[in-house]
Amino acid sequence: MTDTLRTENLKVYYGEHEAVKGIDMTFAEQSVTALIGPSGCGKSTFLRSLNRMNDEIPGSRQTGNIWIGDKDINSSETDVTVLRQKIGMVWQRPNPFYKSIYENIAFGPKYHGIKNRKQLDQIVEDSLRKAALWDEVKDRLHTSALSLSGGQQQRLCIARALSVNPDILLLDEPASALDPISTSKIEELIGELKKSLTIVIVTHNMQQAARVSDFTAYFYLGSLMEYNETSIIFTNPSKPNTQEYISGRFG
Amino acid sequence: MKSNQDTPLLLRKHRTEEWIGRGYTTICVLFLIVIIISIVYFVATKGISTFAINNVSLSDFLFGSTWSPDDNKFGALPFIYGSFLTSLLAAVIASPLSVCAALFMTEIVPSWGKKLLQPVIELLAGIPSVVYGFIGLSILVPFMRDTFPGQGIGVAAGAIVLSIMILPTITSIATDALGALPRNLKEASYGLGATRWQTIYGVIIPTVLPSILTGVVLGMARAFGEALAVQMVIGNAPHIPTSLFESASTLTSVITLNMSNTVMGSVQNNALWSMAMILMLMTFVFVFVVRLLERRHKL
Repeated sequence: MTDTLRTENLKVYYGEHEAVKGIDMTFAEQSVTALIGPSGCGKSTFLRSLNRMNDEIPGSRQTGNIWIGDKDINSSETDVTVLRQKIGMVWQRPNPFYKSIYENIAFGPKYHGIKNRKQLDQIVEDSLRKAALWDEVKDRLHTSALSLSGGQQQRLCIARALSVNPDILLLDEPASALDPISTSKIEELIGELKKSLTIVIVTHNMQQAARVSDFTAYFYLGSLMEYNETSIIFTNPSKPNTQEYISGRFG
Repeated sequence: MKSNQDTPLLLRKHRTEEWIGRGYTTICVLFLIVIIISIVYFVATKGISTFAINNVSLSDFLFGSTWSPDDNKFGALPFIYGSFLTSLLAAVIASPLSVCAALFMTEIVPSWGKKLLQPVIELLAGIPSVVYGFIGLSILVPFMRDTFPGQGIGVAAGAIVLSIMILPTITSIATDALGALPRNLKEASYGLGATRWQTIYGVIIPTVLPSILTGVVLGMARAFGEALAVQMVIGNAPHIPTSLFESASTLTSVITLNMSNTVMGSVQNNALWSMAMILMLMTFVFVFVVRLLERRHKL
């Protein structure tokens, strides 16, 4: 189906500071890759660089290549608006627009040219179903998204990201602002979504990384220290630093 | 041990300080309240006496279109109409300019836009209104005379001068609102592949609209109450204008022009107070609308 996402010597600078120091990584399709590491290790910056969200931050620049198949998307020729439909993103704090539930989901498709009401209705329903939110909100699609609970808002944000039909989904600590029940719903959802999507998730929660991911990458000081199957990283890491981090001795 | 002995003394000292501070601020507040109530009371009694003592009918005053104190005709409709027309037009002209300026500062080039424009806008806000009026009279009016039909002075000239005067009000409120917008809303929009313009008109503007409207209402309130600059360029003819390039009057311009020509306690004088009362009531309405908008914004 999709083309594999791969980075080659990807570096991200904030001003003079090199936040991500040359990462080579290939992401397995239809699986979940977790990025872990102590605060400030560059994992979120790396994640944001994958759909060029760092472009929106003044003073940041990134070098190296990000390949989707044989296409380098880290070039000035790439139309980021098209790229970001292919690579969706969900943030740490739920950030629904101050609009109705329906309008939140229809926002993306509308601006990408879908005007037909029936088609939009279908997209809204499909996206909400995929995000396991449809049953909870189908009777109040036109009420404000802000009336939803935090967990529902986050699933709405996932549904919103799905509305433009991405191949890859980037999740930046999607459950860290949520209660345990909402968290487990999000995790369940991730397991469901990976059947059709490539998912990259940044998390501070070791158990979460162990539960939801197939592969785990350990970042430290802007470098990729270790990258392997999750079961191996958590049971038999090759580097002592990784071992110390996952067992909670620092970070 | 020593500090323990000092404690009751220190406590008393602190209590006295608290009491003095509290007493002083209370007196200041009471003073303000007394002043405000006195002004409202004074304007209201004066304004009402036109109808209660001089027996001018309220409907003749509000809806009569002839202002001729010598014939005992006190129709203030032309002035009420003039005030509303000029301030509405001023808001219509100023709002798009202000919102665009605010967007430029916060969204388009936040790095230097704000540094450059902020002082300019503060300067605009600080220019005395007589200067605006003078510039309007010397530059705008001749321009209007050459470009459009009529004498140059009139509703359009008044509205343009007012619109420039209220630009800073609307711009600074819109800038603050845009600056306070959560970053992650913009990210969400960019993350869906929306362009900057789509983000601005699809997410940013709708989200801060109540605040922008607050700015517009405050701007209108300022325009409604402005006297000097308008009076200098509007022409001050006491009739309802049929065209934008025709001379007209506002409540404020009539009051400033006539107040020194009337005798305190006369009907003419009281009628001016009635207009002042209308101005005051409109201010209350503007404040009320702003409060409503603020409350809606919180939801």
